[in-house]
Order: sequence, then C-alpha cells, then structure tokens
Amino acid sequence: MRLISTYLIGLVFGIGISISGMADPAKVLNFFDLFGTWDPSLAFVMGGGLLVTYFGYRFVFRQSAPVFETAFIVPKSKRVDLRLLGGSAVFGIGWGIAGFCPGGVLPVIGTGRPDVLVFVASLIAGMLVARLFNRPAMPVMQKP
Amino acid sequence: MTAFETEFTPWLSLAGGVLIGIASVLLMLMHGRIMGATGILAGLLVPASSADWQWRAALIGGMISAPLAYLLAVGSFPAINVPVSMPMLIVGGFIVGIGVTIGSGCTSGHGVCGMARLSPRSVAATLTFMLTTFITVFVVRHGFGS
Repeated sequence: MRLISTYLIGLVFGIGISISGMADPAKVLNFFDLFGTWDPSLAFVMGGGLLVTYFGYRFVFRQSAPVFETAFIVPKSKRVDLRLLGGSAVFGIGWGIAGFCPGGVLPVIGTGRPDVLVFVASLIAGMLVARLFNRPAMPVMQKP
Repeated sequence: MTAFETEFTPWLSLAGGVLIGIASVLLMLMHGRIMGATGILAGLLVPASSADWQWRAALIGGMISAPLAYLLAVGSFPAINVPVSMPMLIVGGFIVGIGVTIGSGCTSGHGVCGMARLSPRSVAATLTFMLTTFITVFVVRHGFGS
C-alpha cells in the first residue's frame, strides 16, 4: 500500500510538472529573461503550488502523524548560513545555464530524450561529487 | 544560445502548479516527507536502508511514468525545447548537482514545500537561486556583447 501510494503521488507530481512547463528549458529560461523573450507562465506554477501546499500543510500538520508513518520528517534548522546561500546561488547559476532543475527534469526521464538523460547523468555526478565534501545533515524528526 | 518566444500558458501552468501542490501535500499527509526532488534523489543514490530506498524508487517511478500517461491522454510527449548546447547542458547539470547538494534543496523542496512552511531557510534559498538564475540568464543572453 505504501509503495502504491508513493507511486501515485509521484505520478501526480510528474503530470503536474509535465503540463506546467517546468520540464521545458525554453519556457524556464524565458521566465527569467525579463529583458528578452519573457514568458511569465512559471509564476503561475509557483503560485499554484505554493497556495495549495500552504493551505494543505496547515491541515496536515494538525494531524498527530502521517497515515503510513509515525512522524513528520521536516528539517529543524532555521539557521540561514553561508552553505545554504552559497549552494543555492550555485544552483541558480546551473539552472540559468541549462534550464532544467531536478524536480523539472526527473519526470521527463520518461520521455527517453538523450538531452534529458545527459543532463540527469551530469546532475547526479555533481550531487555525488558535492557529497564527498559535504555530508548533508540528516533531517531531524520533529512535528512543526 | 538561440532564444525564442514561448507561448504564455497561465492556465496550464496554474493547473500544473496545483497538481505539484497536491502531490506535495499528499506526500506529507501519507508519508510525512517533503516533496523535494533533491532530497528524494539523494536518498535514492545513497540509500539509508532498503525500506528508505523503496519509497523513493516508487515515487520517482511514478514521476517517470507521467510522460507516458501524458502521451496516452494528449497524443504527444510534453513539449521540451532545449535552447542550450550539449556541453552547456553537461556543465549546467553538474553545477546544479553541486548547488542543490550544498544548499540542501531546489525549486520543489525550498521553493514550494519550504516556502509553504514559511521556513526562513527556504525563503532565503529561493530568493537567492531566483536571483542568480536571473543574473545568469541575463549574462548568457544579453551580456558579453551578444
């Protein structure tokens, strides 16, 4: 049951990505190209996603525990540090160069497109290399 | 880089965003997890346990099935246009991999889930990567006398 549930949730996410334009680098890069071929569509992706998640989470976190698990696992830290900001800044540079982000690209692996697979291989290589120097802190269990 | 116009799709993009939100809420409600592509993929690459690996594999399996479902419903795969050369895709992918690992998240984890929790870290991360993405696109497309 758990795995069927996660599979279906992944499917909903993937369909959302597929119709939103987040998997289309031309659209993603145009969103950021305010002084060129600007396409504001992605603001609607973020807006829709945030709105649903904000109100949905308010309901979810009133529950004592998730349906299939014993606790909600969310990062506890509130500290804005150099690693967070530096890593995020670097992510943005890569996103601006290629136009794919991890959530946008994972579902479209299913298209089998060579350019998608090349990006994903390179993404994974970058993640593994960064891990060698940067052991990510395990999220601490906590009910927010 | 060859930039070209893309069609403004407010309704499709909003609907996509709503589905992304629904998936994020359901993953927390059912499994107590944040829908962050970076964290989910990282845990798949370096698994903590077999049970931990399984739900991540099922989730990503569901994601990867989506284009096929889209194909069956619409008659074509989702539109993907890559106005970037292959070397730039490789360089960009590697830089994204480093950045999201050190920054502990990306557009889905920080930008949607973290912002929705009003996490100060995620708000700071999202503002930072939106700014550097904007600057990068500006420099690539309009800088260096191009």
